[in-house]
Parts: sequence; C-alpha cells; structure tokens
Amino acid sequence: MAAVIVDARNLLCPMPVIRTQDAVVKLQPGDSIRVLCTDPGVLHDIPAWCRVHGHEVCNIEEQEHEITITVRVGQSG
Amino acid sequence: MPRQAKAVALISGGLDSLLAARVVMEQGVHVEGINFYTGFCVEGHTHAIRKKDRQRPKRNNALWSAEQLGIKLHIVDIIEEYKDVVINPKHGYGSNINPCLDCKVFMVNKAREWIDANGFDFIITGEVIGQRPMSQRKDTMPVIARDSGAGERLVRPLCARNLPATLPEKEGWLDRERLYGFNGRSRKPQMALAKQFGFEDYAQPAGGCCFLTDKQYSVKLADLWQTRGTREYDLDDIMLLKVGRHLRPRTHFKIIVGREEGENRFLEGYRKRFTSIIPTSHTGPLVLIDGELGPGDIDLAARLTARFSQGRDAALVTVEVRQTDGTTHSLDVIPMPSDEIPGDWYV
Repeated sequence: MAAVIVDARNLLCPMPVIRTQDAVVKLQPGDSIRVLCTDPGVLHDIPAWCRVHGHEVCNIEEQEHEITITVRVGQSG
Repeated sequence: MPRQAKAVALISGGLDSLLAARVVMEQGVHVEGINFYTGFCVEGHTHAIRKKDRQRPKRNNALWSAEQLGIKLHIVDIIEEYKDVVINPKHGYGSNINPCLDCKVFMVNKAREWIDANGFDFIITGEVIGQRPMSQRKDTMPVIARDSGAGERLVRPLCARNLPATLPEKEGWLDRERLYGFNGRSRKPQMALAKQFGFEDYAQPAGGCCFLTDKQYSVKLADLWQTRGTREYDLDDIMLLKVGRHLRPRTHFKIIVGREEGENRFLEGYRKRFTSIIPTSHTGPLVLIDGELGPGDIDLAARLTARFSQGRDAALVTVEVRQTDGTTHSLDVIPMPSDEIPGDWYV
C-alpha cells in the first residue's frame, strides 16, 4: 500500500504532530505515512510522539526548508 | 482480582502535571496523558520562528513529560472551540487577556468527554491550592470540578489531602495517605518530589505556558480586536501576533516587521494574504501590511520599511511592493527618521 501523505507544511508544532496523530488513527499496524513539514521542531517532536505511541520513524529527509518524515504505524495504534 | 483503574492526566509540560501523573501511577493506576493545543500555547513557536533560537535544543515539553512517565500522550487541537473561552469568559480575565479559570474548566470538561468516550475512570491535574492567583485557589477548585462536569472524578494528587475525598479514593483505587497536601506558591515541595522520583531537566517556564498571560501579547490582541471592531480571530491572526514588530501608524492599518531571517521566512508564507514590502536596494525586513490602505499609506509603510532596513541612513531606499495577487511595483522612498516615529505607533 502506498504511504498516506500528510501535508503539514507552513504549520508550526504541535500542529504537524496533531495532523500525524489524526491520520495514524485511521490506519492499520504496518501502514506507512509520509509527513511533509517546514517547522524544524518536527525533527524532535514527531520522533518523540512516535516513541510514546510505539510507532517507527523509518526515514527523515531534509531538503532546503522542507522535511519529510516517514512513519510506520505500530501495534498499539 | 480487581480491575486496574484508568486515568487520563492533563499534561502541560510543566513539573506539576508530571508529578501528579507519576504520583497516581505509583499506586498502580493505568495513566495516559492528554494535552490541549489552544493556539496560544507558548510551547515551541517562537523558537521555531526565530532563527537565533533554533540553535537551542528544542523539545515539546508535554511529549518530554510523557516520555519520562512512559505513557501515551494524546494532543488535541481545540483552537476553534477555545475561541468562546477567550472571547466570552464566564469568570472574566486575569491581569491580561487570560481567562485562566474558564480555561481550566474547559480543559477538564474536554478531558471528561475523553474519559467517557474511552472508558477511563478519572482525571488527574497538577493543580495546587494557592499556586496560581486566578485558577488555583481553594474556592476555585470546587468550581472547576462542578462546572466541568467532572465532579468527584477529578483528582489533584499534589493537594488532594487539602480537599474532600474523590471517587477514586472512595473506590479504593487511590490511597489518600499516599497523595499530597501541597499548598501555596512555594515550589520547594514539588522540587523535592521531583528529586525523589529522579526527574531532572524538567521545564520551568518563567511566564506560564500561555501567551494570553503575557502583557505585550495581550496588548496586541486587544489592538487587533479594537481596530477590527470584532473579537473574532483565526489561527493565522494569533500566530502573527507572536512574530515581528507591530506598528500601527493609522487606525485602519498596521505593519508587521520581520526582525531577523527566521521571522522574515515565516512572514513569507503570508504574502498571498497581505500586501507586503521588501527593500531591494538594501538588506532589510519583510513587512506585511494588515488593513485597508488609503492614499499615501503605501508611501508611509514603505518609509517605515526603509527605516528598519540597512539603508536607514541612506538618502533613498528602493522597495518592492507586492500585492496579494503577486503583482509588484517599485518605490524610491526617504527612510523615516527614528525620532519621527511616535512611540504610540508601536503596538
């Protein structure tokens, strides 16, 4: 299944985390989600949110002022 | 074997809510955290915007607390619903535009809805009697419990022994003797308890966690409401109040002047919503114009823009004015001398 994409560009934390959380709720364990962001705060906040919920950060890409974080949904949902 | 009780803790990112959750976890209760995002939260924003602050280690303190506790944290966007709390607070404002008591009632009520929807038993807050002048007083504690609808399902573990027994104590989920009786503004008992639990490096915000308690911010919000003739706002409005210098040279418009590269980049995102000005002959700020412009207003805004550029002492500064549809034109203007800018233009 192709990764769900969440566009959180131009949003400041914690909004990208909230958008990620709201998208993950609708997914199944093992599904992936790609979150597009511009606030560098996500480099800390999205991995921290994933750790407390048992999700896995698979990849972080940084290009110019854009950051893309790929998350795989864990068992605890 | 009796079932394990479940509680949700309001986690602000500060020390008190961290300790309150931990005190309850110590008694074998399953705890998850909830954090409400109002749009006015201090957490992270200015650090994210201002370039100089990006060098600091940045973290979301509510998430940090959850990690310390080893619990899930549910972050809830309440921006829209929260407007009514800010605009029409039943219990009024504090010393600024801070509706602290209504805010606490609102958040506990949202937590009550959450526990009802998720099969949890009670709510934990880090409130301490006498800690805050508006919302954390002996007489406001029952108001919050009553008006939120939480009633006896609201537990304040740090000051519970100064309050009537709650449902979890009556049910035997919590042993009252292992709760605390903190009272007053002193932080020493909390710091001692943090040490006992091994918590270090916890957040100690100097001015609280909400921009509405900040005098300068409240002045800008009051200015926005007054000049618009309505107390409505959207998220962009309240974000922009956190950024740049705000000058109102005329009642019908103000300018927002980026103070450094990070703020200029943030303001760039608003050039389709506001007319903007940027110096082209000299290095300088991006300036947004909020309001309806009349004759001569663009020249005035351009001269102010030039004043905040590196060309402030030059005879002429060239600026580019961009309309919201992307069309642009250039202007050559004389920078406005500092002593010609009245102090009351600064919002």
